[in-house]
This record gives sequence, C-alpha cells and structure tokens, in this order.
Amino acid sequence: MRMSGARMVLECLKREGVDVVFGLPGGAVLPIYDALYDFEGLRHILVRQEAAAGHAAEGYARATGRVGVCLVTSGPAATNLVTALQDALMDSIPIVAFTGQVPTHLIGNDAFQEADNVGITRPCTKHNFLVKDGKDIGPIIREAFHIAATGRPGPVHVDLPKDILVKEADLVWPEHVHMRSYNPNYDGHPGQIKRAARLLTRARKPVLYVGGGVISADADRELRELAELTQIPVTTTLMGLGAFPSEHPLSLEMLGMHGTYYANMAVHHSDVLVAVGARFDDRVTGRVDAFAPHAEIVHIDIDPSSISKNIKVDVPIVGDCGRVLRALLAAVREELETEPAAAAREARGQWLAQIAEWKAKFPLRYDWDDDVVKPQYVIQEISNLTRGEAHIVTGVGQHQMWAAQYYKFKHPRAWFTSGGLGTMGYGLPAAMGVQAARPGRLVINIDGDGSFAMNSQELATCFTENLPVKTVIINNSGHGMVRQWQRIIYKERFFAIDLPGVPDWVRLAEAYGCVGLRVTRPSELVPAIEKMLSTPAPVVLDVCVDKDECVFPMVPAGGANTDMILEPPTRALKDKAAKSQTGF
Amino acid sequence: MQNGHEPRKHTIAVLVENKFGVLSRVAGLFSARGYNIESLSVGETLDATVSRMTLVVRGDEFVIEQVTKQLHKLIDVIKVTDLTDDSHVERELVLVRVNAEPQLRAEILRTADIFRAKVVDVTPASFTLEATGDEGKVDAFIELLRPMGIQELVRTGRVAIARGPKTRLRKPDPPKRPRPSDDPRVVGFAD
Repeated sequence: MRMSGARMVLECLKREGVDVVFGLPGGAVLPIYDALYDFEGLRHILVRQEAAAGHAAEGYARATGRVGVCLVTSGPAATNLVTALQDALMDSIPIVAFTGQVPTHLIGNDAFQEADNVGITRPCTKHNFLVKDGKDIGPIIREAFHIAATGRPGPVHVDLPKDILVKEADLVWPEHVHMRSYNPNYDGHPGQIKRAARLLTRARKPVLYVGGGVISADADRELRELAELTQIPVTTTLMGLGAFPSEHPLSLEMLGMHGTYYANMAVHHSDVLVAVGARFDDRVTGRVDAFAPHAEIVHIDIDPSSISKNIKVDVPIVGDCGRVLRALLAAVREELETEPAAAAREARGQWLAQIAEWKAKFPLRYDWDDDVVKPQYVIQEISNLTRGEAHIVTGVGQHQMWAAQYYKFKHPRAWFTSGGLGTMGYGLPAAMGVQAARPGRLVINIDGDGSFAMNSQELATCFTENLPVKTVIINNSGHGMVRQWQRIIYKERFFAIDLPGVPDWVRLAEAYGCVGLRVTRPSELVPAIEKMLSTPAPVVLDVCVDKDECVFPMVPAGGANTDMILEPPTRALKDKAAKSQTGF
Repeated sequence: MQNGHEPRKHTIAVLVENKFGVLSRVAGLFSARGYNIESLSVGETLDATVSRMTLVVRGDEFVIEQVTKQLHKLIDVIKVTDLTDDSHVERELVLVRVNAEPQLRAEILRTADIFRAKVVDVTPASFTLEATGDEGKVDAFIELLRPMGIQELVRTGRVAIARGPKTRLRKPDPPKRPRPSDDPRVVGFAD
C-alpha cells in the first residue's frame, strides 16, 4: 500500500494497537498532524509542554502494561522530552517517543529548530532510530515497540525527518520481529533456581526484597504465593509498592532511605535475601558494605547488567520475574518436603516474632496537632477514604515519601512515581496518562507545592481533554525535602527553599477551568477530600501543612541502613547525621 | 571483590551491526559509565552487515564484568568476547617517519630489519617505516628509533584474534549472493 510517510506512521501505530498519543505539534511533525486530521481510531491528547507528553506516556504505560506513545516536533521539543526519556529509562517504563526532524538534506546545517535528536537521546533511551527512508518506517516502528516492551522495558526514540513524512512510499510491515543482536533471556537457569529454592527454604531469617520488575512482569500473584507458602516477609522498593499488599501480615512495607524501621532491620539481619526485579539502588542499600552483611543474596532480574552491579550476588538468576517465580515455586514445593526445610520452618517462627517486635517498637508515626495539618495525616485520610483502591501518582519530594509510607496499597499498577530519576513535576502529566488509560477510575496526584509548580500548566490539558485528575497539594510553602536536608545535615543553614504564598493554587485551578479547594485546619480535611472525590471535574485541593515536618525514618546518604534517624533530630542526632554527610 | 582485585588490561572483541551510530553508542557507554578505553579499532568482517571492534580496557574483574554486560545490553551488539584469558594473537601496526641523516641511514635500516619492518617511503631526509607486532614489540621499536629523531608516528589500536582449533575445519562460506533488494525479514508487503 502506497502512502505518505506521515500516514504510514499512524497506520503502524494503529497496527501496534496504540489508542492514545500524547503530543504537541510543530513545524517538523506537521505532516503527521495533517494526517491525524482525518485518521480514525487514534485519540490525540494535546499537552502544554513536551516533557508532559513523555510523562503522560509513562503513566499510560505503567497503568496498562502496554507501550505508551508520545509525539513532538524537532529541536526544542525533542530536548524538552529528554527528561521524560531518562525518567522512563531509569524506571524501566516502555514508551516509544516520536520526534520530528528537519528534512534530511538540511540535517547538520543548523537549520531552524534543528538539534541532533538521536545524538542527544542516545544515552537516555534503551535504543533510538533515525529514519532515513520511507520504506524503513514500518520495520523501525515494529522494532521500536518490540524493544520497548520486551526484556527490561524502556524508552525507544524514533526521529522522523520531515521530507520522509511527506514523501510517499510502500508500507512494509514485517509480521515478526527478529533481531539477531537482541534476544532477552526469559527463563531462569534451572540449576540456579534449584539452588535458590534450597537456600530460601533452609533459611532461618529470610527476606524477599521486591522491586518494580515484579509489577512490569505482572508477577504479583506468584510473589504472594511464594511469600505465603514459605512464610517469608516481603519488603518492596519505592517502585515495587503495590506488588504486595501493604497491610498483609508478611508485609514490611518499603525499605531504604525512608523505609520502615522493621524493613531495614529485617534486611540487615537476614541470612538469605531474595531480590526480585530490584536493582540495589543506592537509596535502598545505603552504604553498600553494611547492606545485608550476613545474607546470602539471590537476585532475580531480566537485566544481566543489574546483577552484581552494586552488590555481589551469590545466586544470580537472569529471567522474567513471573516465569522464574513460577519455576521457583515448583522447586520450593519439592524442597519443603525435605528435612532441613522442616527444621528451618521452626526457626522461621522466631524470625517472624522478632519482626513483630520491631514493628511494635517503631511503627511509622507522627505527632498529632489540633491546629496544624500534619502531611502524614492527609495521606492517611486519602488512603482511608479511597480504601486503598485509587490510582496514586506523585511528584518528587517529601510528599512522595509520605505517600509511599502512609498509603496502604492493595494492587499493582496503581502507584506511579518517578523513582530512579526523581523528576519533580512528574505527577500531574503522569496522572493524565493514567486517567487516559483508565477513564472513569479515580486518579489522585499527590504533589508538593514545589513539584506541582513544575508542570501545573497541564491543568489546562486536564480541563480541555476531560481528564478529571484530582491533585492534592501537600503545601508546605517550600522545597520541603531540601529544607529537611538543610535542617538535619547542613546545620539549619536554610537557603533557596521558601515558596511563600504564591501562586494561590485555588485561584490558579479556577483560572484553568478546574475546581480549587483549600484546607488549613485538620478538622476541614475529611470533608474537603470527600468533596474532591465527589466532584466530576479536575480538582486541585491545596492543603496547607506543617512546614517543619520531616520524613522519618531517614538514613542520611552514605550511611548504613541501621543508622536510621527515627524522629526529629535532637542535638546528638544532628551531630551523628552531620558526620555521615556525603552529599545529596 | 575477593579475586581479580588487580586492574589489568583486557582485550575484548565485539561484533556489532554495521549501522551508523554504533561507534558512538559504544564510545558513549564508556564515557557515561566512567570506563577507560585504551584503544579501539573497528573494521568490517566477512559479513558486510557486521563490524568487529577490538577494545582494550583496563579494569579489575568486577569492572570488566560490567563492561561486558553493558556492551551486551546495547541493542546493536551481537556478541562480546573477552579474549584476554584465552589463547589469542594480538597485533598493532605503527607507521614512523624518522630523520635519515646520512651517518644514521644504515643503522635505521638495520633496526628495521631486526623488527621486520618495511620501508614504505624514502626521501633524502627521512625514512617512513611500517612495523607490526604486539604492544611490547611496537614500543621497543619506537624506543630504538627515538634517538634518531622521530618526525611523526601513528599507531593503530590493537586487533586480536583467537587462536584456531587444532583439528576442526570451518566450512568455507558459500560465494556471496547478490543481496535481495528487500529486507529478508519482510514476509510480504501489507495489502
């Protein structure tokens, strides 16, 4: 079939099963927008800034498990998109990003709105393509979706020169994608799986440490079965929240820098640590030589380069978390019949008792105040009123950590946050992507006043595209996480952190056609959340909270996870933290 | 890490798709992750769609393991082989232009002879010599020529090949077919 390159791009997207494209037009991609004019079956959502198109595609991808798609023009649009690409790379989110490019004969001429797009995105994508011939469009798009969705998922960028979009060519559509240089390994090594099964059934103090890979692989059921069968407690990373129910008796909730006391203690004292789809990020491990020092480590991951990158692993298993966990379950069932496993089960009871003791000793806690809203209370009430069933999206900062700590997750693919890159401003655009993927479902963006300001222009998109995202601003009039570090580690030398008073978020929301609400006292909170939940339009709920509240527990960067600061710093704690300072 | 603590030079052969941008992907990987390439050379293989890179990288076993894995993670990389601990042959090539003063001309030619170097250009004032060998031999050659006055020199990176099997013969490639105009992966035109 002969058609313009632009039409071919749309045709290929449709064949890949794409139903929503997040984009923003401009000179170099105008042929595609012209083709969209009368193209059936693709919803285009017009964002207000290109990074938002990328984050929305990420939200869409995380919510559905399918590839998210965004489309922007050349030059500044492509450079704006870079943040979202790196974000998706670090959190293993499958998206395909299309950018326009100047016509091929002008490439390298410093033409208007030209940038070396593929040169710029090379280190922040899983792979990228520059299309140089119309007949390559089909095969390249096919490969792009294949690469994005398979193996360790990630962002793929396709750069489309304008003349290629205008010229007609024959559509080439390969039925199958075969790449000799790219063949991810899905099945774990049976010998290693057997070793792992033996280790974890004989362990006396085992812990499962679970990351976003379990969610990407839709392996939450297998995980739960394994945990319950073996009675092994489960801690999740920030990206892994929702892979295991937060309120399950075996749940230790989140570990790491702002993880729970009991999760960090359990990992530290474990004798076998089974990492599933997690990558031993520095926010998880703290000081690596003090991380799980007594444990033999099993690591299940689809990406071989994640294994033994930060921590030396004893039993590496490269494969898809779902398939490996299924094989592991079978191997564990056999092992459980053996004598050593029965002996270990006895010891396991003591381990769970020890954990219960830690849970009782230092649960997550904060001080109540009758006059000032505590940010943790806001999250607790959101969690209660939505019964843990909402899709929760966050920005980056203190509010993100409180949301991670206090929201009680029940399901996978219901938590969306920028984990690896820590991109402020991620919340609202990602929430739009989730809402577009899940119309009619409740999507709440829990954001900070600093973080929200970075993409608040997208309220216009929410309004015009009928995306009724609910935003709750945990408003502490400043960059709270920076304030916390300056307070605890930089001896209260506060600088460049105050965001006092402006804008008025309620009036800003109204200016964008959304509903604005404000809460200043604890007693007003529940009615306001209820009002927000019952409003069909997009809502911004501005909650003015205690600006001095800090996120605890906290492991100072470079510290060991056992060096947690559990409560607001006294003089002694401040000195201790200052000593372990190694930078942000 | 307990073993392989000492950093040493590794010779790594990498087969890659012969596509534009591959070199920058490999080079970018090294700069992004803070590894040092001591030398890199690239050339086509028997199959024109595949290039072979020979990389020389310094690092302990932990670093080299990551280098190998990260290289493999690049989509255009087909195969990565660390040749260092397997039996293999390595060569570099050097071109040197040295002063050829009348009283030293014989000495230069004698040195070239010892190193089995060839004279590839002669002028009244200079010899240009070509020599191949492993790194040590090329270093020694240059050191002997240095006192004569080196005007310019250029070294290739290292190339390396595994030593052959003792018994097994490889079937010779069939003669080259003309390439089909379309990608062989394409099953047919849609519609």
